[in-house]
Amino acid sequence: MEAEPPLLHVRGLTKTYAGRRRGRPAVPALAGIDLQITSGTDLALVGQSGSGKSTLARCIVRLEEPTSGEIRFEGADLLALRGRRLLAFRERIQLILQDSAAALDPRMSALDIVSEPLDVLGRGGRIDRHRRALELMETVGIPSGWAERRPRELSGGQRQRLAIARALTLAPRLLILDEAFSGLDVSIQAQIAGLLQDLKARHALTYLYISHDLALMGALADEVAIMFEGRIVEHGDVARVFGDPRHAHTRALIAASPRWPGAAAPPAP
Amino acid sequence: MPALLEVCDLAVHHVGDGGRPAVALDGVSLEVSEGEVVGLLGESGCGKTTLLLAILGLLPDSARVVRGTIRFRGRDLLAADEPERRGLRGSRISIILQEPALALNPVRRAGAQVAEIVQAHRGGSGRRCREEALSALAEVGFSEPGRIYDSYPHELSGGQRQRVVIAQALVCRPALVLADEPTASLDTTAQAELRALLQELQGRLNLSMLLVSHDLGALAAIARRVLVMYAGRLVEAGTPADVFAGPLHPYSRGLLAALPPPPPRAGLWPRRLPTPIAGSPPDPASVPEGCAFEPRCPDRLPACVERAPREEQPAEGRRVRCFKYGG
Repeated sequence: MEAEPPLLHVRGLTKTYAGRRRGRPAVPALAGIDLQITSGTDLALVGQSGSGKSTLARCIVRLEEPTSGEIRFEGADLLALRGRRLLAFRERIQLILQDSAAALDPRMSALDIVSEPLDVLGRGGRIDRHRRALELMETVGIPSGWAERRPRELSGGQRQRLAIARALTLAPRLLILDEAFSGLDVSIQAQIAGLLQDLKARHALTYLYISHDLALMGALADEVAIMFEGRIVEHGDVARVFGDPRHAHTRALIAASPRWPGAAAPPAP
Repeated sequence: MPALLEVCDLAVHHVGDGGRPAVALDGVSLEVSEGEVVGLLGESGCGKTTLLLAILGLLPDSARVVRGTIRFRGRDLLAADEPERRGLRGSRISIILQEPALALNPVRRAGAQVAEIVQAHRGGSGRRCREEALSALAEVGFSEPGRIYDSYPHELSGGQRQRVVIAQALVCRPALVLADEPTASLDTTAQAELRALLQELQGRLNLSMLLVSHDLGALAAIARRVLVMYAGRLVEAGTPADVFAGPLHPYSRGLLAALPPPPPRAGLWPRRLPTPIAGSPPDPASVPEGCAFEPRCPDRLPACVERAPREEQPAEGRRVRCFKYGG
């Protein structure tokens, strides 16, 4: 019997952007990425700005065409998909971005934002779609009485919840959260982190977090992959990578992250 | 000698179109002495930015100071006219904002935006202003100030842009620097560099600062006192060591527990999900009569809904507004 393939398997992925002016060298954003994500094991992709994290995420959701390499999702060759089959795959991986205000149409109501993916794909009748959207809003903690609110009438944390509800409408397997916690207050960050933990079990989700916040990633992820100049320089269990970092760049990132003064851990709540 | 900055019982309301006034600040009192760094912690909407804008004299038209005084070297700023305030702003009192990309004009060279501040406050020849701007750029750690001077903001990294903003804030040698989450928009490595730079400049120039930040490590390293703010009121004050190791107010405790645990050392991995504070901050248009934190507080007492607690001093150098400590 064959072993189940990894949820996501990236092999030798490169992405090179042409030099902006003639004569300038091309810029490799991804210089050969090998990465495996096992179903149910949340991975944090950590690195400085410009290390290629977001380019990798955009390649995985096929918003960006890699220059070379292979991406397999549940064993299927993602880069070979076209047309309807690409559309069907897109339901399986959803991307959540940092700035939910920019990701949500300011003229649409909360309900329409959440039901839009179902509307676009024509899933079920209108009533069913709205019922499903209201359920998901409830799931992420947005009261159904707010269905008619516009994004600007919601706080940053509520908008991020709405983006999560929308991402869940098509029952994805993998949720990519690209800096989804940046710009939120610490208490709201903690609320969203708790929400994601609840949803994980109920919806059989796997998360790929992208962040430069080592402390938060340490609390949320199972594994961590450190990116530096378009490469993954270290990948392993969170406790091992942060507790016993082997690559010099990992050590530098840990040294640079903010520290709790004095106490080894924050006070118990 | 009066403190450099003395804010006393400051209350600011925002008046919307015919709606109820929203309470942005409610009886805030604080002091910053010469050479002292005071840290300010609190969530969005608690009034931190309103406080900084009130000190600068840049409150929006919808805001009304309903009570209190702001004294800078003994001079009542709220009684000062606009030309006097304009003379102080950027020169004697300056601000470093969170997002350098928004603080800089994208179509002007970085150096010119530092030089124009010298020009506005001190005048002098273009060459003098340019020289002062160049030395300010060198001061914030640029090894090639000339190249940075001639760069446009988009040609600089986030960390470099923030250093240009710091050069702007320091070029006129202000007596007081206000900083609103100066490192929050940067990545971890750039944050660490900027933290070190601020600490070095503070020591070398003996800067007085009011620093809004959630970076507890930075506050512990640089601040002599930290203030915790909730719903427009200061709820706790003390040294960073005291407040971080043993917060008194239930809100301070909740805020610290909501931060992710520290990065591990020596293989120890305290895996713990950050704990959110239950509920959300009150609507500024209807802040509860008693303690504003009561609806979210795990330690509430019957007295909490009746009136707001007074400030108590449960130990030397510590202040708190909570009925658990008298009030």
